[in-house]
Amino acid sequence: MTRGLLHWIDTRLPVVSAARREFRDYPMPVNLNGFWNFGAILTLSLLLMLATGLTLALTYVPNAGLAFASIQTIERGVPAGWLIRLAHQTGATLFMGALYLHIFRGLYYGSYKAPRELVWLTGMALLACAMVTAFAGYVLPWGQMSHWGADVITGAMAGLPVVGPTLSHLVLGDTHLGDVFLHRLFVVHFATAFAIVGIVVVHVACVHVAAPNDPDGRDPRSPRETVPFHPYFTAKDLFGLALAGGVFTALAAFAPGIVREAANLAPANPLRTPNDIVPAWYFLPFYGLLQIVPSKTLGLFASLAAIVLPGLMPWLDRSPIRSARHRPGFRIGMILMAAGFVTLGLAGAHHLQGLWGIAGRIAALAYFGVFVAVPFARRHPS
Amino acid sequence: MTAAPPRTRRDVLSLATTATVACGAACACVPFALSLSPRGDAPDSAPVDVDLSKIAPGAQITASWRSLPITIIHRTAQTISALKTPDQPLRDPDSHVHQQPDYARNWHRSLRPEFGVYVAVCTHLGCIPALDDDGYTCPCHGSGFDLAGRVLVNQPAPYNLPVPPHDFASATTLRLGINPDGHTFDLSGIVQL
Repeated sequence: MTRGLLHWIDTRLPVVSAARREFRDYPMPVNLNGFWNFGAILTLSLLLMLATGLTLALTYVPNAGLAFASIQTIERGVPAGWLIRLAHQTGATLFMGALYLHIFRGLYYGSYKAPRELVWLTGMALLACAMVTAFAGYVLPWGQMSHWGADVITGAMAGLPVVGPTLSHLVLGDTHLGDVFLHRLFVVHFATAFAIVGIVVVHVACVHVAAPNDPDGRDPRSPRETVPFHPYFTAKDLFGLALAGGVFTALAAFAPGIVREAANLAPANPLRTPNDIVPAWYFLPFYGLLQIVPSKTLGLFASLAAIVLPGLMPWLDRSPIRSARHRPGFRIGMILMAAGFVTLGLAGAHHLQGLWGIAGRIAALAYFGVFVAVPFARRHPS
Repeated sequence: MTAAPPRTRRDVLSLATTATVACGAACACVPFALSLSPRGDAPDSAPVDVDLSKIAPGAQITASWRSLPITIIHRTAQTISALKTPDQPLRDPDSHVHQQPDYARNWHRSLRPEFGVYVAVCTHLGCIPALDDDGYTCPCHGSGFDLAGRVLVNQPAPYNLPVPPHDFASATTLRLGINPDGHTFDLSGIVQL
């Protein structure tokens, strides 16, 4: 009965055979390690964000006067509303964390190299969309951190040369942060979230056309070096998802302070800036850069470059060897880059106080230095 | 018919894994379903007083009680006599269907013939019937009712308009939401609101 129906659909629209070909029989390299789990983790996190987000939007009111109260209604009035909101906040942390690790995997094992440049570019577009979505989502509760985070970002936008004032006026839609701005960000939060879904489809299609990279960075030479996606990688992904679920639950239950900001439990007050204002953890490296660079415009460009430079890796890195496993110098560079990114975040969180100021500057040099040095790396190691 | 192939260790593990994932997925649905459940308390059921002295004979007003539109009509002597001997065929002229309290199960479907009190929600699909010369007509699908809220025959609406619990607090004050002494009646018990 089911078989007959599937056959009937497949002869008219071959989705069933396509699904079998791409997600059951698809040949996968035998040697993929745990770093290859993040795609599945990100997909499930995205579904969780969509489900919880749509549920929250049923109660949330995008109005400067009512937004904060509607969040309190979600927390206290809606049955299980507190759980759905906590899952949405924890999901944001899980998504951004998994995304950074997924991108590091791509850089370390050279997954951006030909023929996977489009995989890489769609992935970086996804990062950009995720950052916009995360920022907009952070503003929606209209607490103190929402308001002053938005104030800083719109101020930064206005600081961009030439387009700055127009861009910030377009986003604000008013002379001050208020109703129009909040409603626009609510729509942006949705629009970019669904854009992410679309980009993910293209991203996965690109991966399946180009075939996945592997830790050795050399494509399987024969079918004997591949195994079918199901059951080998469905099982491995399921294991990775179970671990991610553990991290998710532990964060939500034991460390909610990481995924939500206590200072945001005060309603937005345009007459007073909170004493200690820091962004969500996943924006800390960029926040650190803004503090380190002693110029408004250059600081913005540095933050922008921190995302654009990795996006250019397929053209910066001209070595024919993909994986850092077989490139000792590149391996050190990748570790330096990652350490620099993390240290920048820590320095940002500590407002560059004491030794963090020096550590942050060294970290910024290390991070950018790697991308500057990559084009000069030996193209044919001995 | 051939015998089923023997169950292997992998079959058992697959089944256990699938069952665990299915249980987890089902549990994950619970908070979403809970969040959609109806919220808030029952509508405010406090009694509402209506000043009858402000309703001229032949006119009606609409009061809100439990978020329902309640029509209170002041009938003229002419219309009262028309109710006694209806000239149009009615589906349930003697109020057999439980759409009203016992004290309104009479030819004028109210406590006093000069005042009619009805829930102005058409028993077809819920629009508010509009008053015209000799009765009510629903603007949505044309169901007709007489001035005692009794539905005419061959109309989409199946039942008479409901009568809410009501009593007279004084000669000119109608109190919605309470019954006269010795009566118990609640809208939740009627056939259709």
